[in-house]
Amino acid sequence: MKQKHLVLAMLVTSLLILPVSGAMAANVYKIGGIFSVTGRASFLGDPEKKTMEMMVEQINAAGGIDGHMLEAVIYDSEGDPAKAVSAVNKLIHKDKVIAIIGPSTTPTTLAVVNFTKRANVPLISCAAGIKITTPVDPWVFKTAQSDLLAVAAVYQQMKAAGIKKIGILTVSNAYGESGKKQLLGQAEKFGIQVILNESFGAKDTDTTTQLAKIKAAGPDAIICWGTNPGPAVVAKNAKQLKIDIPLYQSHGVGSPKFIELAGDAANGNILPTGKILVTSLLDDSDPQKKVLQDYQNAYENKFSGNVSGFGGYAYDAVNLLAGALKGSSGDKQKIRDNLEATKGYVGATGEFNFTPQDHNGLSPDAFVMVKIKNGTWTLL
Amino acid sequence: MQEIVQYLFSGITTGAVYAVIAVGLSMLYSSTELINFAHGEFVMIGALAMVTLWVRIGLPLPVAMAGAVAAGCLLGLMFERFAIRTARNPEPITLIIITVGASIFLKGVAMIIWGKDPFSMPAFSSHESIEIFGAALLPQSIWIVTAALVLAGGIHLFLKQTLTGKAMVACAVNKKAAWLSGIPSEKMGILAFGISAGCGAVAGIFIAPITMSSYDMGTLLGIKGFCAAMIGGLGSLWGAFAGGLLLGILESMGAGLISSGLKDAIAFVLLLLILYIRPGGLFAAKEAKRF
Repeated sequence: MKQKHLVLAMLVTSLLILPVSGAMAANVYKIGGIFSVTGRASFLGDPEKKTMEMMVEQINAAGGIDGHMLEAVIYDSEGDPAKAVSAVNKLIHKDKVIAIIGPSTTPTTLAVVNFTKRANVPLISCAAGIKITTPVDPWVFKTAQSDLLAVAAVYQQMKAAGIKKIGILTVSNAYGESGKKQLLGQAEKFGIQVILNESFGAKDTDTTTQLAKIKAAGPDAIICWGTNPGPAVVAKNAKQLKIDIPLYQSHGVGSPKFIELAGDAANGNILPTGKILVTSLLDDSDPQKKVLQDYQNAYENKFSGNVSGFGGYAYDAVNLLAGALKGSSGDKQKIRDNLEATKGYVGATGEFNFTPQDHNGLSPDAFVMVKIKNGTWTLL
Repeated sequence: MQEIVQYLFSGITTGAVYAVIAVGLSMLYSSTELINFAHGEFVMIGALAMVTLWVRIGLPLPVAMAGAVAAGCLLGLMFERFAIRTARNPEPITLIIITVGASIFLKGVAMIIWGKDPFSMPAFSSHESIEIFGAALLPQSIWIVTAALVLAGGIHLFLKQTLTGKAMVACAVNKKAAWLSGIPSEKMGILAFGISAGCGAVAGIFIAPITMSSYDMGTLLGIKGFCAAMIGGLGSLWGAFAGGLLLGILESMGAGLISSGLKDAIAFVLLLLILYIRPGGLFAAKEAKRF
């Protein structure tokens, strides 16, 4: 008898609550975020999370989108694909978000895309791997520059510097593999020959063996493709082995953390990076300069740390999504269509022009080449 | 030629680290018949304690080292007192599972204390590497190999020359007989735990400057150390030492001469071969005699 009452009570309550929550949902646009806030990739996820929160606050303070307030639901993937998958399931089924920003890394993004595709939820990833948007999936976008563009920027600079033979050293995870494929695939186009191709484990304590092997092969330069902390170990080892040819790094280490980890050994390293690292050095005619300064001021006023390019990926993702939400009335299909039709958005990362064939929308000039000198960045 | 020497140097450096870890594991196994899967975590504690004491607080190097080893030893003793000794049914398999649990626990605690970001530490002595046959030898490698030798030599002397050491060997050979002749076998077990954890911390201290230290660095190192101890023959001190060096050199040569992508695979296939040919390990010729 008691049980029947209980069931009845529950039914009545749920009937009372349901219309209310339905009405609430109409007022608020719920958007999800998955970032590697902690863990080895926290240098990516932490500024991304902070940026997303800050942007949502700004948009709400300005009256929201078409009168709808934004609500951000953010989960920490800890850089772990399994945790990213459980976060994406929570966002889709429990929080019922209309779009998702993130995850921060290529492995976590590749792990979640199948779930967002199936649920027809637009995803704007903040990771670099080219596999995320090739082949193009209607529901998957990304704001980080592809390694395709990063490799093109590095090779352009090498060609100008007269470098012909290179040795490459890539980390043995999705980021490194993706970079390796691009490095090998594009070399010929720039008249560059990859004479040796080695790899290192993300947790390796020593890479002198690989570097010695590359050194012995006698290339004009070495390219190391990985994210912290591996490349810092490579930079240290290269210095210890007295390798005097230029060491190029990938855009994955473009943050002050790299200089902190590698210390002295970071000096002389050359890498492609988003313009945000060198905003003050940019030419005034650069349309991105103002966007970057605005973002930088807002971020640094709100949080204690320095701004990084990674936060910029989230900055662009939120702005692009906000643009697409306009006039969508929260319909996922419309949000997707609006995103794909976005043209000429000048963001922190570069100028975005999405097309049905290109869901990254950037060109190689989204990168500038920088050299680390005396523990700071200089424009090349 | 120049590269081969370089591969050898790299191999000896990583190998010496594995050796120190393996010696600690092996030492504990010989006195308590316990394989401590939390051993890698003591390596991590050593490295991170060093980060705090030397880099952050700025204590002089020897003091910081002593502090980090003491922290490792103390933690080892606490581990024995609170996790191992309280086990109601001390069968080897139960105890081994307890060590696995302790490993997860220690990793979690370290994550809370030090956070998830990796730390970098400067080398102990000047940064210039020494050139031998055109190959660069890092000063830190010399530190590591010296530390490994001193540690293994010290433990060897302790077991052979001191009364306590001999008592420990006696316990290892036959616990009951040792007890009957008046040796406090329980105390010997505790001592073994302390020394073993200290060895782990030493490995962490010396490895920290050449790599980045973080809360999750210990697990892989612990497994490598375990493999090294297996090659040498579990329980044999110098066997563990040689096993560590061999594993390091195999890895480095495999990476250098064949492919760096297959580095771990090559090393482990060779390990399997060694264990297939000599199941007891390279140096465990006589089953009954462990020392």
